[in-house]
Amino acid sequence: MLGWELPPHNSGGLGVACYQLCKSLAKNDVDIDFILPYQAEHKSDFMKVHSTKPVTFDEFVKQLNVYDGSKYIGKHELTSEQLDYENFVVDKIINQKFDIIHAHDWLTFRAGLKAKQVSNLPLILHVHSIESDRAGGKPGHPMIRDIEAMSMQLADRIIAVSERTKNSIHQDYGIPLDKISVVHNSVDIDELEPLDDNNIYEYISTLKTKGYKVVTNVGRLTIQKNITGLLYAARDVIAKMPKTIFLIVGSGDQYYELIELSAQLGILGNVIFAGFQRGKAWRDAFDIADLFVMPSVSEPFGITPLEAINYGVPSLISYQSGVSEVFRNCLKVNFWDKNEMANQIVGFLMSEGLALTMKINAEEELRKMSWNDSAKKVLKEYENHTSGVKI
Amino acid sequence: MKKTLNLYLHAHQPYRVRNYSIFDVAVNHNYFDWPETEANGNQRVIDKVSAKSYIPTNKMLANLLNENPDFKLSLSITGTLITQLEKWSPEVLQSFVDLVATGKVEIVGETYHHSLAFFYSLEEFEIQVQMHKELIERVFHQTPKVFRNTELAYNNDLAKWADIKGYKGILAEGWDKILEWRNANHLYKPVKTENIKLLLKNYKLSDDLAFRFGDKNWNEYPLNTDKYIHWINETQDSEMINLFMDYETFGEHQWEDSGIFDFMETLIPKWLEDENHTFMTVSEAIDNYEAKGEIDMPETITWADTERDLSAWLGNAMQQEAIKSVYSLSGKILDTNDWALIEDWRKLQTSDHFYYMCTKYFNDGDIHAYFSPYKTPYEATINFMNAWQDLKYRLIEKGVEV
Repeated sequence: MLGWELPPHNSGGLGVACYQLCKSLAKNDVDIDFILPYQAEHKSDFMKVHSTKPVTFDEFVKQLNVYDGSKYIGKHELTSEQLDYENFVVDKIINQKFDIIHAHDWLTFRAGLKAKQVSNLPLILHVHSIESDRAGGKPGHPMIRDIEAMSMQLADRIIAVSERTKNSIHQDYGIPLDKISVVHNSVDIDELEPLDDNNIYEYISTLKTKGYKVVTNVGRLTIQKNITGLLYAARDVIAKMPKTIFLIVGSGDQYYELIELSAQLGILGNVIFAGFQRGKAWRDAFDIADLFVMPSVSEPFGITPLEAINYGVPSLISYQSGVSEVFRNCLKVNFWDKNEMANQIVGFLMSEGLALTMKINAEEELRKMSWNDSAKKVLKEYENHTSGVKI
Repeated sequence: MKKTLNLYLHAHQPYRVRNYSIFDVAVNHNYFDWPETEANGNQRVIDKVSAKSYIPTNKMLANLLNENPDFKLSLSITGTLITQLEKWSPEVLQSFVDLVATGKVEIVGETYHHSLAFFYSLEEFEIQVQMHKELIERVFHQTPKVFRNTELAYNNDLAKWADIKGYKGILAEGWDKILEWRNANHLYKPVKTENIKLLLKNYKLSDDLAFRFGDKNWNEYPLNTDKYIHWINETQDSEMINLFMDYETFGEHQWEDSGIFDFMETLIPKWLEDENHTFMTVSEAIDNYEAKGEIDMPETITWADTERDLSAWLGNAMQQEAIKSVYSLSGKILDTNDWALIEDWRKLQTSDHFYYMCTKYFNDGDIHAYFSPYKTPYEATINFMNAWQDLKYRLIEKGVEV
């Protein structure tokens, strides 16, 4: 298994998805060697984690990052991190017996291809996002596109995290739809860290006792995440319900732009930027919220609304997300429809009955979700590509 | 005494609330005016259901009434459907009028707005029943003598009310838990009433047509009239079979290609071939049979779902909040004497709005069992509550404290 990050050292959802998928695959008797480009401790006795380089995660992400790779790589050249990773993987595959190569997202795809070349093993590419998703609807970096196109054409099978991603792969790279399977991400509620009694956002807690409602977004502050659209909707929400706070948790290249926009819209007093958070401050951002909003332009899957309901908070999400294909008990809007976004936020905040009903039903829906269902589908793909030999 | 089939059909369409945003509140008051492009808009639904169901069904029934002197039926039609037909399809309304003019079709009374007002405001309920009665008298020149409440929602108190109001009969679900050792195929008397009689739906034989007829996974599929009549004859100890169902069963719930129209066209004459068989309207059945015993229904029973209760309309917190919100305005709205405002408020009482907010099927992912103009129950609630907000705004504009 070729991956780029694993929790707790991760900068986004990719690491979490890899980790949970591997854990469920391991429960289904799959032996996994997981290859990471940096060195760290992991709670992963269910698989062997190998590091290709003795650098820490924090050092490593300064060199290269799966989410906005175009910032780190030149126009026509790969970074040395990638090449080191590829060499390690090739070496590993020559010296050890494997049945299948499973690679997660573009940064590992070349390594996957090389490993296939020297071993002739089947290669499955697991697509959590493609370049046009990460570029917020624009084409993105040409070389990353080339890597994605070539790898997907040469791979034996592609797993996409949503129907939406499957269609994007088909549209962007002309890969036939019948070469792509969809395996949605999931959550296991007992895997999520519990809340404690006091919330770290004390100021907002106090406001809530004065009748304020809180709408939270957690994610990177990039075009893809459409916080701009959320702020326009926020202006209209605040006009109807002045006691509404928008808590924006995350960092990214739009950070200053979004603060400026809030000021221009005259809502800076109601918008709180909390910066990038993990651990308790991350969990408490959900806990303090009445409603979680994920208004993304494009979200290949988008696990956060499921994490939000785990902390008891219902969501409003865009139809342009993979999770909207599997999560029913939430509000849904088109990302561009700022009026409707504002309408639904206000409608939600004004009706206690609506909030309660959605919470109860979404929690019930969450309890039925399991990574094991996803792992079973992946296992099926493995068996299809190993002549039915059980792995 | 002959064995009778009592066919009773219920025709209804609500005024669905359009995508009515919080930004419409206090600006536009046209909750029920959908853009023409929307297939779920009220006029488009009327056109669609008319073409698929009302027109062909009325044509079929007119022929059957004409060709079979002993064929009769009962019908209820809500005020919200009648007014929509008057506006958009007067010729369809005329076809209903023509049916009733044969003298062999009885109209059953109900609330004008297909509401659950009985459970929230008796005063409002009585007004809506009276409004429906007057509308039926105006359009059909008939006065309802038998009553059915919205969704067949029935309990002892309702029977008592209808008895006092002089109705000779009332309709309810023939639910096993209530019947115990008895069956639905007799006339009964509600407990603690003087004169009124109770007709109970035979849900097995009714739902064979209403729900299962076109279901290819049903182990009795395809149902033919011989088999169906055999089932009716099999019911021992029975004087009447009460076949109660939605009018839209014909052509809308069961599509024409299911063969439902051919089935009915064959069934009616075939049933009458036996001289011991007949059809009756609900009033005739009451006049011709003796009550077999008393029925006690302290809890409310409806004709919906396996639970046969009101949970499809009032089962979750947002449904309860929505309906309580509507009735919380009762006195203030009525005091305005503003008939446009009052009528909009009444249109929001139609039970369908609360059904669209139901989450119990939504969770199972069974979108087909869940007929709604909205993508989710939550959107239904937001549209509805926005309209309610606007009612409040209109009250405030008149200087009323809300």
